[in-house]
Amino acid sequence: MADVAFRLAAPSRRLTSGAVAGALVLASAYLLPPLVGSTYLFEAILLPFLALSLAGLGLNLLTGYAGQLSLGSAAFMAVGAYAAFNFDLRVPGLPFVGSLILGGLSAAAVGLAFGLPSLRLRGFYLAVSTLAAQFFVQWALNKFDWFSNGSASGVVRAPDIVLAGHVIDGPVERYLFALTVVVAATLFAVRLANSQTGRNFIAVRDNETAARIVGVPVLRTKLVAFAVSSFIIGVAGALWSFAYLRTIEPAGFNLDRSFQILFIVIIGGLASIRGAFFGAALIVVLPLALSRLGQAAFGGAFDSGVLELSQRVLLGALIIAFLIAEPKGLVALADRARARALRPFLKPPYGG
Amino acid sequence: MELADFQFFVEVLVGGLLSGVMYSLVAIGFVLIYKTSGVLNFAQGALLLFAALTFVSLVEKGLPFWAAFALTFAALTLIGIGVERAVLRPLVNQPPITLFMATLGLSYIIEGAAQLIWGTQVHALDLGIDDTPIDVAGVFISTFDLVAAGVAAAMVASLLAFFRFTRIGLAFQAVADDQFAAVAVGLRLHRVWVVVWTAAGLVALVAGLLWGARLGVQFSLSLVVLKALPVLVLGGFDSIAGAIVGGLIIGAVEKLGEVYLGPLLGGGIESWIAYAVALALLLVKPSGLFGRPSTERA
Repeated sequence: MADVAFRLAAPSRRLTSGAVAGALVLASAYLLPPLVGSTYLFEAILLPFLALSLAGLGLNLLTGYAGQLSLGSAAFMAVGAYAAFNFDLRVPGLPFVGSLILGGLSAAAVGLAFGLPSLRLRGFYLAVSTLAAQFFVQWALNKFDWFSNGSASGVVRAPDIVLAGHVIDGPVERYLFALTVVVAATLFAVRLANSQTGRNFIAVRDNETAARIVGVPVLRTKLVAFAVSSFIIGVAGALWSFAYLRTIEPAGFNLDRSFQILFIVIIGGLASIRGAFFGAALIVVLPLALSRLGQAAFGGAFDSGVLELSQRVLLGALIIAFLIAEPKGLVALADRARARALRPFLKPPYGG
Repeated sequence: MELADFQFFVEVLVGGLLSGVMYSLVAIGFVLIYKTSGVLNFAQGALLLFAALTFVSLVEKGLPFWAAFALTFAALTLIGIGVERAVLRPLVNQPPITLFMATLGLSYIIEGAAQLIWGTQVHALDLGIDDTPIDVAGVFISTFDLVAAGVAAAMVASLLAFFRFTRIGLAFQAVADDQFAAVAVGLRLHRVWVVVWTAAGLVALVAGLLWGARLGVQFSLSLVVLKALPVLVLGGFDSIAGAIVGGLIIGAVEKLGEVYLGPLLGGGIESWIAYAVALALLLVKPSGLFGRPSTERA
């Protein structure tokens, strides 16, 4: 019964137009940048954008869909990156994609462990408990140099990505590889969000008691949300280290990174697959644009310190502005803009 | 246990309890705002940084202590008014998590602005408190910590008196109890919020001065918020008594853990041990030691 009810309540899928738009976006993502892009475009914009989008997507499943606020995303990124590194290093003959998936699974296992408190805690108490993941993982990575193969600082150079004997080299190839991983993970997330499990996520978020009454296994749903979300975030962490930075370092996965990913989800749009991409695009482009603007306006006085601080202020203001004016995020803005643009071409809905 | 070992244990314990008082100082600022508006104010650490940085910069410009204190307090009052107008009022009736995220944004704004205005250098702050350890029955105790504990006690006492004996303090309690009923009997919610944020600003100022004197006034001051969170979890978000007891427990656990457990685990465990203790307790008692049981639908 519950099954039927949820299926009826599920949003109708506009399969045709959505699929066409998706195919167009995909085709241009694969074809356009390699044709016209510069190294700068790949290294400074597209690669971090892809990794952060994926991390945002993972957190959105947990926070946006299942309603469990997490402040420890960067820890799961770190687990994914370091686990992939260690599988790649210590398991001979394992293809890189295998290391990537095992890295994601390791992050899922850690996520599951730190998700256990969600069975008893909710709201702020849970959010604070996810901070424990953040501090514990960072401490462990700094403390035990086994994770970084004996590097005292915990920083290691990421090994090359090898696919079927071919070394993925250069920004364009790394971009295409990262893009393929992100596309696969996104398809998975879309399927999940539209499945019974995805609807269970939303039911748990909206009203736990009601969800339990209609037969949603609340505890299992929460744990699944933590595991799946951490898996995707872990893969994102591996992409961040292997495809974008080319080094793996604990400092890059600090609390600020966790907040950054949360901001991506808020600005992009909670409980929306596209939201993570919109949010990540804004977060990646914002400092670059701000730096250009500041240089143009203030010249030399606008140094990197001032840039970082003004970026903080601007980011904070953006968060508050979005929470107040558009809690559904950039996705809602984009949808409204599209509706407005298409209005002249559509028949009036009320027969007038 | 040998006597020397025992004395060492007591010394570590007392040191831990006293540094716990410093955590309580930060946590009380959270409790004030949480009690009256149900908001977990992540920006408390940023307020603390702003307060300490403004104060120390004014003193370095040659202002006397009390003038700098008053000016900083005035600035914090302005922030309180601004926050109420620009953040709390538009977000009224939103879910608590939304408000929490707004204070996260707020903490970015305040941290960034404080350092844009006053610069990012580390400032030393001398409050004129002597920090030579005094000897109590063979146990050395830091004078500074004792003074800090005294200040905290005075602040808590005056806050409690304020809550109990003044009209606006009673209004706080009414708002904390039931917002709708408080509005219905004619309390001005907006004004109560401004006063609460200003009071939290004052707590941040006092805590900022003590912490600043201890660590130097710099960006990392805003990170004491991360020390206060496990204290809050332990004590319950809405209890001043909980903030104090939680602070004492966390302080003691941290120091004892660092001394007795640290060598086994390789040190540096103070970054997470507080969280581990708080979590362990939460699994047994989900609303903290003193927190009111959650009224959220289970």
